[in-house]
Amino acid sequence: MMTTESTPVTRAADPPRLRPVVAIVERYLTLYRRLWQASVFSSFILPILFLVSIGIGVGGYVGSVEGVDYLSWIVPGVLVSTAFQICVGESTYPVLGDFKWVRAYHAMRAAPVSPKDIVHGHLIYMIFRVELAIAAFLLVVVFFDGLHSPWALATVPICALLTAAVVTPVAAFAASIESDSYFALLFRFVVIPATLFSGVFFPVEQLPAAIRPVAYASPVWHAVELSRAATLGRAPGWPILVHVGYLLLWAVVGLIAARRVFARRLED
Amino acid sequence: MADQSLIFARGLVKRFGDFTAVDGIDLDVAPGEAFGFLGPNGAGKSSTMRMIGCVSRPTAGQLRILGMDPVRDGTRIRARLGVCPQLDNLDPDLSVRENLTTYARYFGVSRAEARTRADELLEFVQLSDRANGKVEPLSGGMKRRLTIARAMVNDPDLVLLDEPTTGLDPQARHLVWERLFRLKQRGTTLVLTTHYMDEAEQLCDRLVVMDGGKIVAEGSPRSLIQNYSTAEVVELRFADGLDSNAQYAAKLDGIGERVDPLPDRVLLYADDGDEAVAEVHRRGLTPASVLVRRSTLEDVFLHLTGRTLVD
Repeated sequence: MMTTESTPVTRAADPPRLRPVVAIVERYLTLYRRLWQASVFSSFILPILFLVSIGIGVGGYVGSVEGVDYLSWIVPGVLVSTAFQICVGESTYPVLGDFKWVRAYHAMRAAPVSPKDIVHGHLIYMIFRVELAIAAFLLVVVFFDGLHSPWALATVPICALLTAAVVTPVAAFAASIESDSYFALLFRFVVIPATLFSGVFFPVEQLPAAIRPVAYASPVWHAVELSRAATLGRAPGWPILVHVGYLLLWAVVGLIAARRVFARRLED
Repeated sequence: MADQSLIFARGLVKRFGDFTAVDGIDLDVAPGEAFGFLGPNGAGKSSTMRMIGCVSRPTAGQLRILGMDPVRDGTRIRARLGVCPQLDNLDPDLSVRENLTTYARYFGVSRAEARTRADELLEFVQLSDRANGKVEPLSGGMKRRLTIARAMVNDPDLVLLDEPTTGLDPQARHLVWERLFRLKQRGTTLVLTTHYMDEAEQLCDRLVVMDGGKIVAEGSPRSLIQNYSTAEVVELRFADGLDSNAQYAAKLDGIGERVDPLPDRVLLYADDGDEAVAEVHRRGLTPASVLVRRSTLEDVFLHLTGRTLVD
C-alpha cells in the first residue's frame, strides 16, 4: 500500500497574507492554460475584425474625425471596449458558477483562504487576462499604423485601472444573485449602452446633451478618453486626474462591495 | 479534557433566523479517533460540521478546534483541517492531478512538494491512471475518492467528511470505506457525518446520534446497540400488511422486549430471534416473510426517535 506519511508536508506556521492570493491566481492561470484557445476569438480576432470592418470600411466614408483618420480614432475605443468585454465576461458566469455550480469558492474557503483573498486573486488574474489581450491588440495595431505616440504604452495602466473599475462591481453583482437570468439585464441595460455610448465609435459630443451624462457616468468613456489621448499623443478633453479619479472611485467602491458580498455568501 | 480534544464543544448552538439547526450540543473528539454524527437529513449534522470547519460562526456556546477559537483563528485552524464536503466541488476544467496541486497551493505547499504529494495521494485513492485525465468523466465514486485525496494534501490533523458515500453505488461505497479505514488505521483523526448506519458501524469508534439539532445518544456502535436495542431483530411482513401492521403488532404483544409496527413491516426486538419466531407461529400468525437479523444502529435510531434514518 502507498503511504502518504513518507512525505510530511512542510507548512509555514503563519501564512503571509499574500500567499493565498498567489495560489488563487495560479488556479486561474492553470484554468486559462487549458481554456485559452476559446478566448482567442473573442478577445483578439474579434476586435481586429471590428477594426478592419469599421475602421477601414466605415472609415472610408467617414474620412477623418477630430483631425485624424477614423481607424486611428477608433483604435483606443475598440481597445478599451475589448478590455471591458473581457472583464464583464470573466466576472459574470465564471463568478456565479464558482459559487453555485462548481463551488470552487467553497473549496477555497475550506482551505486557509479568505473571501478577500479570492476577490483579490480574481482581480489580479483579470488584469493579467486583459493586459495579455491588449498587448496582442496593440502589436497588431502597430502594423495598421494606428498608434501615433509612444504614450500609447499608457493604455497598459489605463486598462488595468479600467479592469479594477469593472471587474469588482460586476463580480460583486454576480456574487449577489442566485440565477444567471439577471445577467441578461446587466448585458442589456449596462454593457451594451456602455459600449455604444462611451465614445468608442463616435465622439460623445454627437449625442444629444441630455444623454451625454450617461457617457460621463460610464467608466468605459473615461478609459476611452484617456486611451485616445495616449494613442494619439494629445491631452484629453478633461483633466487626467478627473478621469483617473473617477475610475479609481469605481475600483475602490467595487472592491469594498465585492469583498463584502463574497464574505456574506461564503459565511453560512 | 479540553486541552487534548481536537474538537471541544459545550452548549454549541447554530440558528438561522428562527430556525435552530444545532440546539446546544457537547462534543469531545480525541486525537486518533474516528468520530461520527449519525442522523437523518436535517438533524443538524452538516451545520455542526460547518462550524467545526470554521466556515460558519456558532450562534452560541463554546467551541474550540485544535485548541483554538474558530472565530478568531479560523485561518490557522483551516490550515490544519482536511475537508471533504457533501457536494463535490472539484474543478471540472482542471485535470485530476491539477485539482490536487492547485488545492495544495492554497495551503502554501511548495509547487514541487504539491506534485509529489499529489502523485502519492492519487496512488492512495487508486486514481493514478487518471492523473492527467479530466475530472468530468470520472464516476461518482472516483470523484469522491479524489475529493478525499484533496482533503489530505495538507497532511491534516483532523479530516472532516460530510456524508462521504451519499449517492454512491454499493461497490463505490466499499472502495471509499476501505480507503477511509486505511486512514483510520494510520491514526488520522476522522470526523464524519452519515445517515447510513452501516457506514457508522464500519468506520466509527464512537458516534453521537443526532435528531432535531440535539444529541440523543452517544457511544461506540456496539454500546449503543447494547443500550438501546436487543441482540436480534425479527422483521415480519404480512401479506395484507400495509394497513393492518398495527393490528398485527397488538397480536404480537409480549413477544421479545418490544414490538414496533412500521408501514411496511413489523419489527420484533428479542435477544433470541428464533425463539421469537417460534412464538409468532405458536400464536397462529402466518407472516409472508420472516427475517432474523442482528440489531443495527438503524434500530437504535428508530428506538430513540421513532423514525427511520433514511426516508
